Order: sequence, then C-alpha cells, then structure tokens
Amino acid sequence: MELLCPAGNLPALKTAIDNGADAVYIGMKNDTNARHFAGLNFNDAKLAKGADYVHQHGKKLHVAINTFAHPGDEGRWRRAVDDAVAIGCDALIIADLGVLDYAASRYPDVERHVSVQASTTNLEAIRFFHNNFNVARVVLPRVLSIQQVKQLTSHTPVPLEVFAFGSLCIMSEGRCYLSSYMTGESPNTAGACSPAKYVRWQETEQGLESRLNNVLIDRYQPNENAGYPTLCKGRFEVNDNIYHALEEPTSLNTLELIPQLSKMGIASVKIEGRQRSPAYVEQVTHTWRAALDRYQAAPEQYQAEPRWMETLANLSEGSQTTLGAYHRKWQ
Amino acid sequence: MKFSLGPSLFFWPKADVEAYYHQARHSSADVIYLGETVCSKRRELGIKDWLNVAKELAQSNKQVVISTMTLLEAPAEINSMKKLCDNGDFLIEANDLSAVNIMHALKLPFVAGPSINCYNLSSLKVLMKQGMIRWVMPVELSGDWLKKLLQEAEQAGIRNQFECEVFAWGYLPLAYSARCFTARAENRSKDDCRYVCINYPQGIKMNSREGERVFMLNGIQTLSGYQYNLINDVHDMQVAGVDLVRISADSTDAFQQMARFQQQLIKPVHYPLDRSNECNGYWHQIPGMSIA
Repeated sequence: MELLCPAGNLPALKTAIDNGADAVYIGMKNDTNARHFAGLNFNDAKLAKGADYVHQHGKKLHVAINTFAHPGDEGRWRRAVDDAVAIGCDALIIADLGVLDYAASRYPDVERHVSVQASTTNLEAIRFFHNNFNVARVVLPRVLSIQQVKQLTSHTPVPLEVFAFGSLCIMSEGRCYLSSYMTGESPNTAGACSPAKYVRWQETEQGLESRLNNVLIDRYQPNENAGYPTLCKGRFEVNDNIYHALEEPTSLNTLELIPQLSKMGIASVKIEGRQRSPAYVEQVTHTWRAALDRYQAAPEQYQAEPRWMETLANLSEGSQTTLGAYHRKWQ
Repeated sequence: MKFSLGPSLFFWPKADVEAYYHQARHSSADVIYLGETVCSKRRELGIKDWLNVAKELAQSNKQVVISTMTLLEAPAEINSMKKLCDNGDFLIEANDLSAVNIMHALKLPFVAGPSINCYNLSSLKVLMKQGMIRWVMPVELSGDWLKKLLQEAEQAGIRNQFECEVFAWGYLPLAYSARCFTARAENRSKDDCRYVCINYPQGIKMNSREGERVFMLNGIQTLSGYQYNLINDVHDMQVAGVDLVRISADSTDAFQQMARFQQQLIKPVHYPLDRSNECNGYWHQIPGMSIA
C-alpha cells in the first residue's frame, strides 16, 4: 500500500519524503484546489522544486486540481493541468467532469485520479469515471463502512485510495454546501470550508465564543479546549438539547485497520492535512511509515502500538480520534 | 417558463404521500418529480408504489419524472435504482453519477439533478454526451454564474439542446453523510434508527445556542434552516433563460407557493421576505442563508 502524504509547502514536502512517504500530494497557489488557504501551497518556482525533490528520491508527486471550474474561467483550471504536467507530476487529482475530460484527451498518458470531491461512493459511479476518462485511481469519500469498501475493492475496475488519517469530513465530500450557506464560500467553488476570514473569537460572560460569519458555532467553558470553528463540529441546539449535533471535533485514524485495508487490496492510504505544519507532516508520516513497515514485515503479528496511537491522537482535533464511517456504529 | 414540483425530501407515511400527490394532480405544476432521494431505508413506498403514483399523475397531462437516490453505497441500492431507471415509462432524474452511467447504458435521456456537480460548460457537454436533456443547477450557485454559463452554451451553439432548471423555493438540500443525524438526535445509530424520520415530517430544527435557525436535519441529509425563496427573482430567472422553476415539495404550502410564482409572470408583486424563516442568498451570490 502506498503511503500518500500532504504538503502545503516545500518544507512539508521535503519532510514527508524524508520520513518515508511513497508519494506526496500538493496544490497550486490559487483556487484550483480544495485547500486554498492564505500562505499555503505552491507557486510555479516552488512547484518545480518540489517535483525535483520528490523525483530525485524516486517518489511520486500528485497534484490536486480538485475544485470546480467557474464559467468563463475554465482556462485557468486547464492551465493548472498544463502546469502540473509540465513539471512532470505523476498524477492529477481532479473532481470536475470538464477538467477530467480535458486532462484525459490532452494528456492521456498522465494518470488521472478521481478526487474525493467527486463523491464516488459506489461501483456504478466508479465505472462512470472508468468508462469516460480511463482513470487510474478513485479516492473514496469518508462515508463508507469498511465492509462497503471491501465490497468495492473486490469488483472495482479501478484501484482505490482511502483516507487513513486526519481531520474528519463527515459529509460526502463535494456534496456539502454548508460552508457556502453560511459564508458564501464552499470547497467546491472557493476551495475552502469554513474559511478563516469569517472566523471570530470573542470572550464573553458566558465563555469564549467562536463564530463563523457571525453565526455562533460554539461556546467554551474555561476547562474546555477550544477548536477551530469548522461549522459541522460546533455545538447546536436540537430538540432542546445542546450537543455536537453533527460531529465532535475529532480526527479519523485507521492505524488499526491496516491489515484489513491491505488484504482487500487498497492501493493507497492518504493522510489529510495540506493545511498543517511540517511538524505534523513529520510525525504523521513517520508513524504511518513505521506502522506500514511493521505490517509488511510480519502481517500476522501486526498491532497498532499504543505510542503510535498516542502520537496521532496528540496531532488530532480535540486530541480525539475515531474510525469514523468505517465503523458502522459511528454512522 | 415552466414550473416543477421537486421531489419531497422528507419521510412521510404512505397514505400521506398518496394524498399529497393526489393533490399535486390538481396543482398548477407542469412537471412533477417524485421518489426517494435521501435514504434507502425509507420504504413506506416501494418501487411499484412510486410507479403507481407516477402513472396516476401522468394521466393529468403533467410530465412525471422519477428522482433517484443521491448517496448510494450498497449494491442493493444500485440494484433498486437500476429497476427504477429501466421503468419503461418515465423520465429519470439522476442525482448521482451512478445513475448517469446506468442511463447511458440504457441509452435513455435523463435530467441531471441538483446534487450532480455540474458547474461549467465542459461538464455540461460531458453530461449531454451521456444523454442529459435537462440540467438542474447546483443549489449553491448564483444567478450570475448561471447567466455566464448559459451565455457560453449559447456561443457554443448548444443552448437549445438542454433545458435549465433552478431550485427556487423550499428547504435547500445542502449535504449528505454516512451518519443519520435524526437517529443521532434520538441517541440511536443509523442501523438502529427505527425509521424515526417519519416522526419529523418537516425535519428537525438545528439552532445555534443563540436560537438562530441554522440547519434542518433530515436523516442523512442536512437542509437549510431557512426556506429558500426566489419569489422576487422570477423575472430575473426568466431573463437569464431559465426554462423551469422548481418548487420543493416541503408541504402542501408548495402548491400555493407555485401559484404565487406563476402569478409573478403575469402581475409581478414584491414580497418582503421573513428574516426568521426565509433566505435567497445563493441566487444573489452572498451567503446562502442571507437575504439580498
């Protein structure tokens, strides 16, 4: 199984490679990718440097061009594809049907991966991408149980990639407009969920409050850890109860699923977090490399080590991890 | 411009569904969409029942369209959908690319529903090649976005090859999850949901801790907290080249709303929107929950 790690900048990319990533995925410094955050991502010069570093080490570079092209401006998404191909990327991660069509006809020899933002959750949808764009891989959204993933792997005409660790998106990716409903900007159109420019923190008599475009997302007591106000992870009132109505601030961690994922033939495990620091990338990559190597060496004896779990929990939202939708009870 | 009744997104008892569509038969809708789009565990009506409702509606000179599921995970869900797609009589609204693939294999035309991510001309062309004859704009897009896109289609000489429909009234479908939030609100898991959605024919309100209506929980679907209302934008939609205006089947109120919308073409009236219950932001390229 390939270990695919995130990089939001050149130091993170080098760190990922140095710590054992088989491949790194990055995005460009514009809204053609779903982590369009200030100070993040690669301009032309950095893109070329990043590609060189990855290739010198015999590893692979995936470039995410996974937002949806705007009318009158599709050329920008096509140029992003051209630029990624020009620096020798090994795979293009794409969600938009039009961009996929362009990449498939213009660069048939460059691998196309269906982005998680394309919401491909079943065999018939996988076949759609296989038939129309001859894709080399499909990235599954974080909505399937492990049994459902297994079922797909036994019939899919296309190798599959799954999310293995990182911030947990609980909605079928690419089909969530909660962020644009509240702020006007969504991952699909602007490349960001719950964008930082709409976040406001305020000390009040009732506690520390986090707001997104003025909507109260959460309110913390002095003994509580305050987290980034991703709008699906706040506390809301439903039927007179106040609780995390959609999801707690928690991260996905599938370290204990490595044997199952490997046996069912998953092509790649993906670490979320292009927006995170090089220190995060270092620790997650290091830990996952150790776990995958341990599994490889002695599959039958494999167990997730408590210190690995602890390291990963410390890097997680709310210091909590979950198996998410892979575990049916979570659903 | 034609007017359509979108599929009901809620889970209602069979008798209520049948009564609703009996009323729809006498409504002013030109097109009626029906079918389960949210959760395959909602089985008050089976495939045959839905098709029976469709047949009755078709007698009243309306175009009837069967809407299909949005988030499909299990092979059994795909198999049921295949049966619907191959019904032999009615047009299909595809709400997932799986349905597009099936319709293409059947060589049958289809409507690309609002949850298919079609944001630009190239994507429209891809879907048209598959058999798309009508495009329902994703709900988060604006009037300006639509105008630009339709102008491009005009320039490309393909504007007359598809119809364009806009979701204009009702709770907006915003997100889909593996998790059932209605079951969660009752401290249950999805596998043990006991079909509690049926107790919430209008969804469950999810408010901020200040009492602001944020979202509406509807099983695995999250809806807008406010009802979207483009009643004051009917003329703008017409100018933009919208072919169909969709009124969502939230409740029987939808029929009155449809009549009001149609009246706007004859004798336009400005309706002040209710800030505590309505929104129109998306069309005006501001946050969806806002009022322009």
